[in-house]
Amino acid sequence: MFRTNLKRIAKSGFFGFFRNGFVSLSSVLVMIITLSVIGSVVFFGAILNVSLEEIRNKVDVNVYFVTTALEEDVLVIKDSLEVLPEVADVTYVSREEELASFRVRHENDQFTLQALDELGENPLGAKLNIKAKEPQQYEGISTFLQGENILSKNGTVIVDNVNYLKNKDAIDKLSQIIASAGRFGFIFTLILVVMSTLITFNTIRLVIFISREEISVMRLVGASALYIRGPFVVSGIMYGIVAGLVTLIIFYPFTLWLGKLTEDFFIGLNLFDYYISNFAQVFLLVVGSGIVIGAVSSYLAVKRYLKI
Amino acid sequence: MLYTKYQTVMIYFDKVSKIYPDNSVALDKITFSIEPQEFVSIVGHSGAGKTTLLKMLLAEDKPTEGKVFIESTDIHSLRAKDINNFRRSIGVVFQDFRLLSNKTVFENIAFAMEVAGRSEEEIQADVPYVLNLVDLSNKVWNFPHELSGGEKQRVAIARAIVNQPDIIIADEPTGNLDPVNTYEIVQILKKINDLGTMVILTTHNKGVIDSLARRVLTMENGRIIRDSKEGTYVI
Repeated sequence: MFRTNLKRIAKSGFFGFFRNGFVSLSSVLVMIITLSVIGSVVFFGAILNVSLEEIRNKVDVNVYFVTTALEEDVLVIKDSLEVLPEVADVTYVSREEELASFRVRHENDQFTLQALDELGENPLGAKLNIKAKEPQQYEGISTFLQGENILSKNGTVIVDNVNYLKNKDAIDKLSQIIASAGRFGFIFTLILVVMSTLITFNTIRLVIFISREEISVMRLVGASALYIRGPFVVSGIMYGIVAGLVTLIIFYPFTLWLGKLTEDFFIGLNLFDYYISNFAQVFLLVVGSGIVIGAVSSYLAVKRYLKI
Repeated sequence: MLYTKYQTVMIYFDKVSKIYPDNSVALDKITFSIEPQEFVSIVGHSGAGKTTLLKMLLAEDKPTEGKVFIESTDIHSLRAKDINNFRRSIGVVFQDFRLLSNKTVFENIAFAMEVAGRSEEEIQADVPYVLNLVDLSNKVWNFPHELSGGEKQRVAIARAIVNQPDIIIADEPTGNLDPVNTYEIVQILKKINDLGTMVILTTHNKGVIDSLARRVLTMENGRIIRDSKEGTYVI
């Protein structure tokens, strides 16, 4: 009997979806908006993550060494930095490389190049570029570099300058912005998702409000609560599936159009490529959310008309 | 407490009162009984308490005082599941038909059978049979909005009788119908009663009551003021 009832409920919900064409259409349209918001959250999150990652990568601490520092001493410091847990990467730039890049940077500045030539020797020291795993960790690295352990083998100070102290304010500010952007993004998305879910819930409530007379008739011919509710929940699930599929189809040209734009603007992230490569997850999230919202909304909305 | 389906049932209202929160008295200590297989008409002005009385009988609303018995079962002490079983033993016909608008004629009647747990084979056999009884065999796949008022009411009657109920409650079933359809509906109700089902009819139609010449309960201000065996319409 259970199987027969399940079959009857599914059939009734299925036919109900098509026979209430206009009502179903309006529910599906509203749900498309909700699911688009939920799907956009994924894209927004990806853009945010890639951008933040890129900004983080751009932050580093430079340690300038005195010109007399020996390469082997600098490399010892490089090795000791690399074992620190907060350090992601350390790059060594030799005096010669530093001079070459200085010349490239100032190739249009004849006066500077002339002054450099007149010096007769390389005035630039070697340099270490240090990247931390988290922006907050630069302070610790900087403290390490100021410590007494940064000495050459023969005990002289070889670090000329650590530019973290000069950039400290900018780095602190950036750390804060990154943290706030993440927080704000999360709250903003949460509000959007809640709002659009409520709108869908109310639309489905209205759809079921239209059927309240029929629900009371079903009750009076002796239908159980489950038997009345079932078809509405099935219709709700169908709103979710149809709206989810339409949303995924809409995302295709939308991300294709935005792909080039985001690639240029957001440091290499092509939204279309991201959509295609993460399609399974986006599909599960969008269609799954649709099914859950449709089913739960219908289930709750019928409840108040069952009290006969 | 379980509700058991009886072949012949008797209804007993024991000092039933219904007072709404605004202190209006819809039923005032009503006591009466209906014998098995009886055809009873309930008449009275609008607001006399007819619809409230039927709501008590369908366990749609609870009385403020008193009890309603079907045989020895107090229907207001039934659990939700048993109320469903109880309602399946009653066929109801409303003035406004109350058909399920997105289901065909066949599906409307099949729905009542489905909720009663009947098999597909029974549904395929019984639905055409009752549609034939109410002379609607040619409208099986129509939707309610494609039917006339009289046809809709005949579908409602077919739905009410398809589970072979103990009782048929017809709440002003001819209120929205022309004289020809009214006559036909009354004839169908009489036929159902002749086959052994109790029929409870509420109506404002004097012609219907007079032509039936069956028991009439007259209500006024929530009370039964007259109970005549072969009554006529007197208010």
